[in-house]
Amino acid sequence: MTASHIAHDTVDSTAAATGSLPGSGSSEGAGNRLRARDLSLGYGERVVVDGLDLDVVDGTVTGVIGPNGCGKSTLLRALGRLLRPKRGSVLLDGEPIHRMSTKEVARTLGLLPQSPVAPEGLRVADLVARGRHPHQAWYRQWSGDDESAVAEALSLTGIGDLADRSVDELSGGQRQRAWLSMALAQGTDLLLLDEPTTYLDLSHQVDVLELIGRLHTESGRTVVMVLHDLNLAARYADRLVAMSEGRIAAQGPPGEVLTERLLHEVFDLRARVIPDPVTGTPLVVPVGGRQSRGSESEDAGPGTRGS
Amino acid sequence: MTESVRTPVGAPAARVRGRVPLRVGPVSTVLRLRPLVALLGGLAGLLLVFACDLALGDYPISPLGVLRTLFGGGDAGERLVVLQLRLPRALTGLLVGAALGLSGAITQAVVRNPLASPDLLGVTTGAGAAATVVIVTSGTLGGISGVVASLGLPLVALVGGIATAVLVGLLAYRGGVDSFRLVLVGIGMNALTVNATLWLLTIGETQDAGRAMVWLTGSLNARDWDNVVPVGLALLVLVPLTLLGSHALGALQFDDDTVRELGVPVNIARGALLLGAAVLASLATAAAGPIAFVALATPQIALRTAGTPRPPLVVSMVFGALLVVGADLVSRTLFGSLQLPVGIVTAALGAPYLIYLLVHRYREVQT
Repeated sequence: MTASHIAHDTVDSTAAATGSLPGSGSSEGAGNRLRARDLSLGYGERVVVDGLDLDVVDGTVTGVIGPNGCGKSTLLRALGRLLRPKRGSVLLDGEPIHRMSTKEVARTLGLLPQSPVAPEGLRVADLVARGRHPHQAWYRQWSGDDESAVAEALSLTGIGDLADRSVDELSGGQRQRAWLSMALAQGTDLLLLDEPTTYLDLSHQVDVLELIGRLHTESGRTVVMVLHDLNLAARYADRLVAMSEGRIAAQGPPGEVLTERLLHEVFDLRARVIPDPVTGTPLVVPVGGRQSRGSESEDAGPGTRGS
Repeated sequence: MTESVRTPVGAPAARVRGRVPLRVGPVSTVLRLRPLVALLGGLAGLLLVFACDLALGDYPISPLGVLRTLFGGGDAGERLVVLQLRLPRALTGLLVGAALGLSGAITQAVVRNPLASPDLLGVTTGAGAAATVVIVTSGTLGGISGVVASLGLPLVALVGGIATAVLVGLLAYRGGVDSFRLVLVGIGMNALTVNATLWLLTIGETQDAGRAMVWLTGSLNARDWDNVVPVGLALLVLVPLTLLGSHALGALQFDDDTVRELGVPVNIARGALLLGAAVLASLATAAAGPIAFVALATPQIALRTAGTPRPPLVVSMVFGALLVVGADLVSRTLFGSLQLPVGIVTAALGAPYLIYLLVHRYREVQT
């Protein structure tokens, strides 16, 4: 069964369900730099992602959403060459990413893991400078290019003043910016971010996402990020990919993907979807109580409500 | 903070604070003052201790006399004492100390654990066990004992150390080498080899066991040029190789995903560096027996002196050499005819300093 079959079964109302969605119709195929074909992933015997096809549309911010354990992070790790596929392949510029050298990939694609670990006592400037590693050699450890890339990354995230500080002295929000700066200093067109807003309070979440949005609008980078917060995902992503049990349940513009029906099918959540009063993007308002525990019979299903 | 996000993009890149560039043609690096001072201080100390090691002893020679002898002058007595007795011994100490310091620094940086050192991971004890096998069995084998003991002992120790390291690596490997697992396996292997050594000592002839014990304490007694040349040549090849590979060490300080993301093939890089460290430690052990504490303590001493987030390789090397040569000087001169093995003195000198640094650092954190 292919991903599009599943999508038809689960969210047949969405045009985004099939591969031929309106947003990507023109840019589909060989045009996109990062693609997954018939991708199956897992750890040991356990299969987490099964037969998935995905085109990351160039120059967009793609938000990957889905319930816990649906394979979002696993997919992201495979896209970043951190996990070898059981079957199928990830194509970067048309070439299977697992046949490319680690360094080659690192010059094209940057990835920020979910909870990266820095050595104790490392200073922010040195952390960010480490992002230049793929561009360096043993005799070339701090070139002019390195310096300007690091300085620009620090100023983009607004932590230039903290360059001297030790990473472990920083607050959660500052630390996340430091790591983001490191990924930026790497100077890649493609950026994969695994829950870049974890452990941040709402204002810092918004800060980081605004920054990611600006990266994309100002330097045309392609960003794929896994996000838990559906409303922020809808607001800051151009496209959403909703995953369920290792497959893509729906993909496309947030307005088409985030429907009450999908929330019910994928997240087992009863919710209303209303327009965000600020941006007009979908805003998910949970009704409360999981579907399975729902007691009021007249609420036959979330699909009957709203829209 | 919200304001600072709005810094203009594309503005001309300013200097990055705290990373002063040092560039000559295509070569570029960051100038770091404190590690540089630590390195120069270490080198000065090493020079001083080395000179004293050549000058002092039962037959004291003036510094000028030492210098004259080194450059071809001096009388027959001075030439014998300096060139044949003290210089090879001091050089062995220097090379062994440098190898141990570098080996410890690489191991601790790769494993990301200050407790990881070739001593604790079983490399040195593996070399010791292999050497003990030869010493203890050579007595019963009679005729070949002389040849095996004099020529083959360092080689056996070298092979024993490397074999133990590879075994630890293989046992700890599970789709990748987890630092914690490596340390645990290493400690297990360490215990195993120590016990094997003790067992060999009890079943061996008293005389052989005695000889083995002396070797096992780590000693620079009676080292001649035959000891210096192999270690020196091996280090000449290995040190530049390891230092070239050390660029990856900076990236290896992170979690595995981040390391890979930075373009470093994490398992290959870790494996190669750890193997290099094991060879260095085994070489040192082959030349002078297992000198305790140097590989464990000097990287931490160097790290705290140089103020770096990971053990600095070259500074650790110099400090290791300084510690071993200094310890040998102390053991030769301060205790008269007793001539303590250098391994005892390195522990006695290094341990208090390491403890001082640790205590001092905790005070800094608390205040």
